[in-house]
Amino acid sequence: MSEVFLPKTLEEVHARMQCSDDEERPLLFAGGTDLFVRMRDWLKKPSCLIGLEQVSGLDQISCKDGWVQIGSMVTHQALLESPIIRNHISILHQAVEILGSPPIRHMGTIGGNICTASPAGDTLGPLYALGAQLELSSADETRVIPIRDFIAGPGKTGLKSDEILTAVLIPVPDPDARGYYQKVGQRRALAISIISMAALILLDSNKQVQYARFAFGSVGPTVLRFPDIEASLIGRILSPELVIAVGKLFAERICPISDIRASADYRRMVTERLPLKILEYE
Amino acid sequence: MSIRCTINGKAADLDVAPDRRVVDLLREDLGLCGTKEACGSGECGACTILVNGESRLSCLMLAAQIEGKEILTIEGFSSDTLHPIQEAFIAYGAIQCGFCTPGMVLAVADLLSRNQSPGRDEIRRAISGNICRCTGYQKIVDAVLSLTENEEICNE
Repeated sequence: MSEVFLPKTLEEVHARMQCSDDEERPLLFAGGTDLFVRMRDWLKKPSCLIGLEQVSGLDQISCKDGWVQIGSMVTHQALLESPIIRNHISILHQAVEILGSPPIRHMGTIGGNICTASPAGDTLGPLYALGAQLELSSADETRVIPIRDFIAGPGKTGLKSDEILTAVLIPVPDPDARGYYQKVGQRRALAISIISMAALILLDSNKQVQYARFAFGSVGPTVLRFPDIEASLIGRILSPELVIAVGKLFAERICPISDIRASADYRRMVTERLPLKILEYE
Repeated sequence: MSIRCTINGKAADLDVAPDRRVVDLLREDLGLCGTKEACGSGECGACTILVNGESRLSCLMLAAQIEGKEILTIEGFSSDTLHPIQEAFIAYGAIQCGFCTPGMVLAVADLLSRNQSPGRDEIRRAISGNICRCTGYQKIVDAVLSLTENEEICNE
């Protein structure tokens, strides 16, 4: 049997997390929608689970000085209903609209999605494209690091054993920047993406690219961005020919695997064409 | 551990392992077998319950998480007479084998608590987490539309 603790303050969480070297580390959970599915197959249950759902202060969304701050225990449903997210961070709004299903959105959280670190995590592509930063807190210190430096591979993060993710910090993009989230899956709801693309594009008055960021999910061990390809687009006009050419470059650089959902070849083929979707909106 | 909560409107004081799945607590310990389990991994919606009025999956919740919460299962959804959602499901033939029905009904209750006049697309999105193995979605959507203030239903 696992003990289950639901602390109400960060201090309590940190106190519960402290244990001697020979003790089994407690396992943290947010919404439980990933962990409890995986736990079903474990022969040995963890001796101690710590749920973060009641920790005060982790469920707020605020906007200040050009940054949106999202508490790690904000649910996908709360993101979906937030005017701040809908008005300022449309790309994330689009992603949570098609994340999981209604009950999964009621339970799952943005912090859980990040710490699960699945290459298919639906919030991750937008967060990479937006250049999100993560606030990590231990009992003694708080540090802030970019999400791309935090996620190291499938299920692997830079979270230290005494740290928890407390907030996601997003620089508000230029109001004229357009966000696009595209997900290819077997059905619309409850699909683990086969490929996803989050794109954030800002054009100047001459329709020339000021910046164009593309983040691809499910085609590598982490979400992938290619800053050199993105930089090559600056100052150019997004013609169909250019977008097709850039799609080819992305397809060459991704490192997909073949798995139960799709073959690596299929993923390359679709990645090459996916950027064309942004032209549908122009 | 001892857990106090409200189940179907009645105060409950339960002595249960903190890591017991809520679906097992409901079905096996309390005999509330209206809550179904199919996939056990959050993908089918058969185990949907309402927690403080919001739909959640009881196969992915631990007993400790319902402390202080109001739980509603299909058994508590109506008392002497059927709830209008249930009446509509019957009237529109929205039930085939019935296995998904408790979850569907509660998913619809969640939808109608947020939006009293959903359109067809909104209804489809609202039940997108609930799998009907008989694929009887069309009649379920019709049943829900009949409950709304939407004029379009009669013509479809």
